[in-house]
Amino acid sequence: MHPAFSVVFLTTLIGAAQGLFLALFTGQIFTTFKLMPEQNDPNFYIIGSALSLLLLGAGLFASFFHLGHPERAWRSIAKWRTSWLSREVIALPAMMAGVTAYGAAHYFDLTYPLFETPGGTGIDATLILGFITTALTYTLFVCTGMIYACIKFLQEWHSPLTVINFTLLGTASGFTLATVLSAWLDTELANFYATWAITFTVLAFLFRLASVVRNQKITPKSDLRSAIGVRHPKVVQITQGFLGGSFNTREYFHGTTEIVVRNVKYIAFILVFLIPIILLVVSLQTTGVIIPLIAILVQYMGLIAERWFFFADANHPQNLYYQNMA
Amino acid sequence: MTQLALVIDLNVCVGCHACVTSCKEWNTSGEAGPMTDKMPYGKDPTGTFFNRVQTFEVGTYPNVETVHFPKSCLHCEEPPCVPVCPTGASYKRKEDGIVLVDYDKCIGCKYCSWACPYGARELDEKQRVMKKCTLCVDRIYDESLPETERKPACVMSCPTSARLFGDVHDPDSEVSLAIRNLNGYQLMPEWGTNPSNHYLPRRKTEIRIHKDELKRVDNPLSKEQRKTHKAPGTGPSLDDMTTW
Repeated sequence: MHPAFSVVFLTTLIGAAQGLFLALFTGQIFTTFKLMPEQNDPNFYIIGSALSLLLLGAGLFASFFHLGHPERAWRSIAKWRTSWLSREVIALPAMMAGVTAYGAAHYFDLTYPLFETPGGTGIDATLILGFITTALTYTLFVCTGMIYACIKFLQEWHSPLTVINFTLLGTASGFTLATVLSAWLDTELANFYATWAITFTVLAFLFRLASVVRNQKITPKSDLRSAIGVRHPKVVQITQGFLGGSFNTREYFHGTTEIVVRNVKYIAFILVFLIPIILLVVSLQTTGVIIPLIAILVQYMGLIAERWFFFADANHPQNLYYQNMA
Repeated sequence: MTQLALVIDLNVCVGCHACVTSCKEWNTSGEAGPMTDKMPYGKDPTGTFFNRVQTFEVGTYPNVETVHFPKSCLHCEEPPCVPVCPTGASYKRKEDGIVLVDYDKCIGCKYCSWACPYGARELDEKQRVMKKCTLCVDRIYDESLPETERKPACVMSCPTSARLFGDVHDPDSEVSLAIRNLNGYQLMPEWGTNPSNHYLPRRKTEIRIHKDELKRVDNPLSKEQRKTHKAPGTGPSLDDMTTW
């Protein structure tokens, strides 16, 4: 498939935003249930929510460049019963609303306990909003992943690994971003987030590697014999029926050589997993914002490469009909 | 339930592209707007087409066969392009089974084209909406046309009658008879899309001649060559096997 940068930016930006929100709320949960020393810097949640909202907005903005008619985008909420794309179009603004409410609750200091758990922990409005937004975040991850995973013709995508990888890669980049944020705000949570960021990056590496291995072993379900219905082991296209290009010759081919695709894959693995893990481990030993900042910048560059490779790697069966110009 | 469709006979298609040009001519002139071409006479021409004729070579020289293969939307009975559309612009008509795009609702997200294994959909670069074969829905119901002309433009133009048009759910229609009697088949049946358009395979007319038909073994004349009653003939005769 042809990698469209609008979709590459959409999926990577909202992935990081979702991961960042999960990181914020994980921190709050750990603090609330006294699993780590309390830290009461509401600025961390407010700025974090704002940053998450900004990234979600940037992703939404990028997505409009994918559309032929952005002014009709509102129509795409219509078919949520059947279309994962429609579901994503609903889930994304819903999560933006959730993050806004969560950030606003911290801003207006709605931390008065509404009720108490049997253990005596006070549950306030920020916690309730956080739980709701967490559900919305995972809904969005599933919707985004399923847009690709539900197309059975694209065998490289048609796997639960697609949803898992979108979720894990987004979470990993979000926790790395939270590391930067807490190092910058000096909240003493930097090591906590760095540890989680390393964990999620390693997990994401394992599952992304699994999908790369899986995709290398795929046997295409369709071949030229079933495409034109002639039972003979040797069928060759003489002409696709026209000289020059068409939508079919552009949209479904990555438009570069296999060597480039393979190199992008290697670059993606180095930038998304190897370098950030090393930098995050180093950041555990040091203080300061520079090392985590480099880690997230490198990881995000890598994620762009990873998502580009994700598209370029998928082989559409319609390509069988467009093998030879003349 | 009606399911209109095309049946394309690969045995008689000569690859003349008349269906391609007549389709483009009819559909680019309709009220749905032009099927845009960019740089049609330039170095790298590109444009929107609903129908293409491709050519394939089957076998190895000298035992090769050229197959001309017209390809357009197959109007699947289980169209995978319809449920993925977020706006409902892509739909399948209940009354006649034609899969259509509402150009006023389409947002041009291209998701339906990803979900079509045949590559039957093309995004029009000027109108920025997804386009595809409509089975000339603006022709086939036009009562101002003589009844014999209420057919898709490609069917009208085919000089060898390689394209048949009709209701594949009516067991006695011309298309159903052709599918049944001439082994009509569907493309990429492995995906479960159940295309309505069918293709008729190449057919070879062969005379079967067995060796014993060229040289008769039961030659009755061999009896006549005998000089005496008991002399053996030069070859077997039916008279030796049977009694009258």
